[in-house]
Amino acid sequence: MNRSSKRDFVVGLFVLAGLGAIAYLSLSVGGWSLRGPGDLVLFADFDQIGGLKPRAAVEISGVKVGQVESITLDQDYRARVRMALRSNLELPVDTSASIVTAGLLGDRYVSLQLGGEEKNLKPGDDIRFTQSAVLLENLIGKFIYGSAESKNDKSEEKNDKSEEKSE
Amino acid sequence: MALIRDLGFAAAVFVDQLGKMAVFAGQILRAVVTPPPRLREFVQEIFKLGVLSLVIICVSGLAVGMVLGLQGYNTLVRFGAEQSLGAVVGLSLLRELGPVLTGLLTTGRAGSATTAEIGTMVATEQLDGLRMMSINPIHWVVTPKALAMIFVMPLLSALFIVCGFGGGYFAGVTIMGVDGGAYVSSLQNAVVFSDDVVGSLLKALVFGVLVGLISTYRGYTCAPTSAGVSSATTSTVVIGSVAILIFDYFITALWGV
Amino acid sequence: MYMAFGDREVLHGLSCDFPRGKISVILGGSGSGKTTVLRLIGGLIHPRRGEIFVAGQDVSGLWGADLDEVRHKLGMMFQGGALLDSMTVFDNLAFPLREHTRMSESEIAEEVHRQLAAVNLTNVDNLLPGQLSGGMVKRAALARAIITKPEILLCDEPFSGLDPITVKRIEALLGRINRQLDITMLVSSHHIRSTMRMADHVVLLHKEGAVTGSPSELQQSANPWVASFFNEELDESVESPDDPHPMLRQQAVP
Repeated sequence: MNRSSKRDFVVGLFVLAGLGAIAYLSLSVGGWSLRGPGDLVLFADFDQIGGLKPRAAVEISGVKVGQVESITLDQDYRARVRMALRSNLELPVDTSASIVTAGLLGDRYVSLQLGGEEKNLKPGDDIRFTQSAVLLENLIGKFIYGSAESKNDKSEEKNDKSEEKSE
Repeated sequence: MALIRDLGFAAAVFVDQLGKMAVFAGQILRAVVTPPPRLREFVQEIFKLGVLSLVIICVSGLAVGMVLGLQGYNTLVRFGAEQSLGAVVGLSLLRELGPVLTGLLTTGRAGSATTAEIGTMVATEQLDGLRMMSINPIHWVVTPKALAMIFVMPLLSALFIVCGFGGGYFAGVTIMGVDGGAYVSSLQNAVVFSDDVVGSLLKALVFGVLVGLISTYRGYTCAPTSAGVSSATTSTVVIGSVAILIFDYFITALWGV
Repeated sequence: MYMAFGDREVLHGLSCDFPRGKISVILGGSGSGKTTVLRLIGGLIHPRRGEIFVAGQDVSGLWGADLDEVRHKLGMMFQGGALLDSMTVFDNLAFPLREHTRMSESEIAEEVHRQLAAVNLTNVDNLLPGQLSGGMVKRAALARAIITKPEILLCDEPFSGLDPITVKRIEALLGRINRQLDITMLVSSHHIRSTMRMADHVVLLHKEGAVTGSPSELQQSANPWVASFFNEELDESVESPDDPHPMLRQQAVP
């Protein structure tokens, strides 16, 4: 029976290694968290969410504290974002949420800035202060339009000046 | 004309074989819930199918990861996106290469070994010997082998993938100079547990069922001659490989990965 | 025990009895179905028509657990031994005891060694079947077949592939087992001399059924076919080259 107990040991090692690999893939790489029930659920309405997707991160001061659970359209046709956060967070009622980009062309995530009120948000509350995502296209459009405008202004100035001179 | 007739005949044979395999699967399921549990045999099969496949799986995983790292780098560097190498290597391995290649390699090594073993037992009347001792050969021989294959496949797939990550890191970071931190973080950011990891393990599990069923069925029903055993072993590899690739498509399409 | 067969491709309209407690020998030319008869009795194949009564039960329509119940009364010694080649000789003999009895390991060890001694196999405990000679394999297979004390022992070509000395040894063993343990034995064989010596009852198969009787009856038979069979075969104790190879068997019943 000595042969088979050595073999059993090796089998046990193999199974451990395999399960370890699965755990590594799930937790470290896949980001699966072993959170229990009792997440803090909050809502926020945005005019524009940009490319924000479910499971996107929610961060405070750059630290991930939860994730976006779902995004739906409410009656006003605004985007209603449902977030699940760590249950031990204490967020004042004037906390604001803004949708920002990781890097220039990266994924969207939600960043929370704490307010100063004494009362805290309760589970299921709405975050009242929100800032929508800034779309790159709009920025570029503004830039082009803005530079066209300032060109006009400048040429108007020139005309004015030359008019002044000529007068 | 003869070609069409042969096609029809082949189709009929195919359906007939599917039916017989379904019946066989049913017998295995019934044996699973029948006592006594063949734990000793199950563990032995995990050793034969899993542990003995470790070398080929890990070496292949490492090699595939390295190739992915090099090829991925060569392509990404043209777009200045080589920092995303971790994501490219990781997702390719997780979603496709890990489960599929593990499935194919395991079919070739462990699947054919199982078929040959059972087939030889048929040819040498060992299964009849078991029957005459009032032991159901499906219960004692087939079921532990099939269950072990299902159990072992996701484990081997995960090990393949992890070795692949390492190979990709070695090729991309150590050799080609991609930043190690960028590799790891792009990998972690790109992989989503519920889509990618679960999908990967699910595929491996399905492949395990396929190979477990096909390899034992082929061995059990093989003609009791040495030519029969050899033909059964070959068909396990062929049918198992094709089945894996076909199911891979369907799972990928349905899972939305 | 009473057994009667019906049709199969190989056996046509066979009907015969095998008396209890006696050694019955099944003889016949190659391909006449000697092994088929044994496999029918063991329930490994089912007849196309007819009934087979083993200890009062008809096994021709039995499957699964019911069939296994009847098989507890049977032991079979296969032509190739059919020992499980992944286990040692000891484990092979212990296997049926471990499966079907509640004997303790020490009791099992005692019984296994007793059976091995009875067939004159010593020091083979830890050997694998592949390491045994042909005669040793047969003896181990015999020991395994009777270790569960069956009522009926089926022997498929117990003398095949053995030298004359070993043949005599096996013959003596079988005889002793029959007498001491009162086991009904059915032996299929080519070896006319040995089998006629030990047989109480002979079943000679031919195309339309069988000729049965005691050894002396058949040897003195007036039937020309029977007479020629014995005259030709008496000088041969070698397997006919036309025999189906032991590897070629029909598909078995699951």
